[in-house]
Amino acid sequence: MSVLLTLDNLTVTYDRHPAVHHVSGFFRVGSLTAIAGPNGAGKSTLMKAIMGELRPAEGRLRHQLARSDFGYLPQAADINRRFPISVLDTVLLGAWRHTGAFKANGPKEYTQAAAALAAVGLSGFDRRPIGSLSAGQFQRVLFARLLLQDAKVILLDEPFTAIDARTTQDLLDIVAHWHGEGRTVIAVLHDLEQVRTHFPETLLLARECIAWGPTAEVMSAGNLLKARMMAERWDDGAGSCEPPVGGASTNGVVA
Amino acid sequence: MSTYDLLIAPFADYGFMRRALVACLCLALGSGPIGVFLMLRRMSLMGDAMSHAVLPGAAIGYLVAGSLSLTAMGIGGLVAGLSVALLSGVVSRATVLQEDASFASFYLTSLALGVLIVSLRGSNVDLLHVLFGTILAIDGPALVLIGSITSVTLVVLALVYRPLVAECFDPGFLRTVGGRGPVYHALFLLLVVLNMVASFQALGTLMAVGLMMLPSAIAQLWARSLSAMMALAAAAAAVSGYVGLIASYHLELASGPTIIMTAAVIYGFSILFAPSGLARRLFPRPHLAG
Repeated sequence: MSVLLTLDNLTVTYDRHPAVHHVSGFFRVGSLTAIAGPNGAGKSTLMKAIMGELRPAEGRLRHQLARSDFGYLPQAADINRRFPISVLDTVLLGAWRHTGAFKANGPKEYTQAAAALAAVGLSGFDRRPIGSLSAGQFQRVLFARLLLQDAKVILLDEPFTAIDARTTQDLLDIVAHWHGEGRTVIAVLHDLEQVRTHFPETLLLARECIAWGPTAEVMSAGNLLKARMMAERWDDGAGSCEPPVGGASTNGVVA
Repeated sequence: MSTYDLLIAPFADYGFMRRALVACLCLALGSGPIGVFLMLRRMSLMGDAMSHAVLPGAAIGYLVAGSLSLTAMGIGGLVAGLSVALLSGVVSRATVLQEDASFASFYLTSLALGVLIVSLRGSNVDLLHVLFGTILAIDGPALVLIGSITSVTLVVLALVYRPLVAECFDPGFLRTVGGRGPVYHALFLLLVVLNMVASFQALGTLMAVGLMMLPSAIAQLWARSLSAMMALAAAAAAVSGYVGLIASYHLELASGPTIIMTAAVIYGFSILFAPSGLARRLFPRPHLAG
C-alpha cells in the first residue's frame, strides 16, 4: 500500500511548549489507525495539525490531498446545538463538495442524505430540530454528514466519548465500512479495548511517538507504561530543545 | 370614528404618513431576518453598539449638507458604521482584545465623537432628531435609499444563506470544507450596518436596532425553524410599524418610540403566551405517553 500522509519530524507547540514533539512516520492509503495515549499527549493537537488548523513549529506534513479530501469530526466541535436547523439540513451540509456555497441541493443529494440517515439508524428523523436530539443521536447525525462528505481521509477525534455502547457499536460498524471501501481512517480513542478489537494499526503518542505500527505490537505493557510516565509534563523552566541528532530542522525554530 | 378613519384615513390623507408606512414596511422586511441572524450569533448587543457607531458619520453628513438631509446623513452613517466594524475586527484579530471588547471601545468613542460634532454646530432640536429619528420627515430620496437597502439585503441574504447558516451553526465544519467563513461574517456585518443606516433614518441612533432585535426575539419565542423565524420577525416588525404609526397619529405621540413600544407590547404578550412562554410553565399540559 502506498503512503498517503507523512509526518516529517513534526513538532507543534503551544506558547513554545511542545504538544507534539519530533514525531515522524506515515499513514498508508486505506489504513485504519487509532491514535492512543494519555490526556495531554497531543492527540487532538496532531489531528488539528493534519487538518491544517495548527501550523507546525518545526518539521512538516507531506501529502498530495486537497482540503475537500478530508472529513474531520473534532472532539469538542464548536457547534451551536440550539441553532434552529433540522437533522436533514445538517446532513445535507455534507454535500458541500458538490453544491459549494451557492448551488441548490438536487434529488441526488436528498437521496444520499436519506441513505446516510438510514445508515446511522435515524430514518424518520429528517425534520426534527437538532436541539431535540440526545448526544448519541447528534453524534449519529454528524456521522451521517461525514458519510455524505465522501472524503478520502476521515479524522475522528474521540468520537465515542459520552456515547452509549449500542451507538458506539453502530458507529464502529460505519468506521469498518469506510475501511472496507478503502478510505483512510484515523481516530483518537481512549478505550484501549476498542483499539485492540477494531483498529489494525495504532500510533501511541505521549507528545513523542512511543510506538507506531500493528496494534498488537504497539499496545505492549511496556509501551503503555512508558506513555503514562511521559504524560503531562509541562516545565515552565524548560530550555530550548536541541535539534535531535540527524533530525531535519527546516526553519531553525525550536521550542 | 369609523374603522376607515381609524385605520386608513391617516395614510390616505397625508403623504408623510404614507412615506413613513412604506419606510416601516421596508425596514421590517430587511431588519427582521437580519435581527434573527444577529440573535442566533449571540450578537444582539453588538447590534446596539453598531447603531451608536453610526452617529458621527451621520453628524458629519448633517454638517456637510447644512440641514437635516437624510441622504447625506445616511451615507455618512454608512461610512462610520463600516469603519467601526472593520477597525474593531482588525483590532480583535491583531491584539488580545476579544471582538466585543474592541467593539465596545470603538462604539463609545464613535458615540462621543458624534454627539460632540452635533453639539458643535447644531441645536438641541437637531440632536434630538439624530438620536430619536424623524420617521415623519422621510422624503423621496430617503425612501429610495431605504428601499434599496432592503432589496440588497434580501438578495444578498438569499445568495449567502447556506454559508451564513453554516458559519453560525458550525464554523469548524465550514473551515474544514474550505468555506471562507470570515468573508461571510464580514458580508453579514455589512448588511447589519446597511440596515442600521436605514432604520437610523426612521428611528434614530438610539432605537435603530429596535426593529431588529424585538421582532427577532418575538420570532424566537414562537417559531422552531429558521425560515419561520425570519418570516415571523419581518411580520412582527411590519405590524409594529403599522400599529405604531396609527397609534402615534391618533394619540399624538412621538412616532419612533411608539413603534418600538408596539413591538415591546407584542414581545411582552409573546413572553406570556408563546409555546415556550410563562403561561405554559404555570399551567402545564399533561405530558405525552411516548
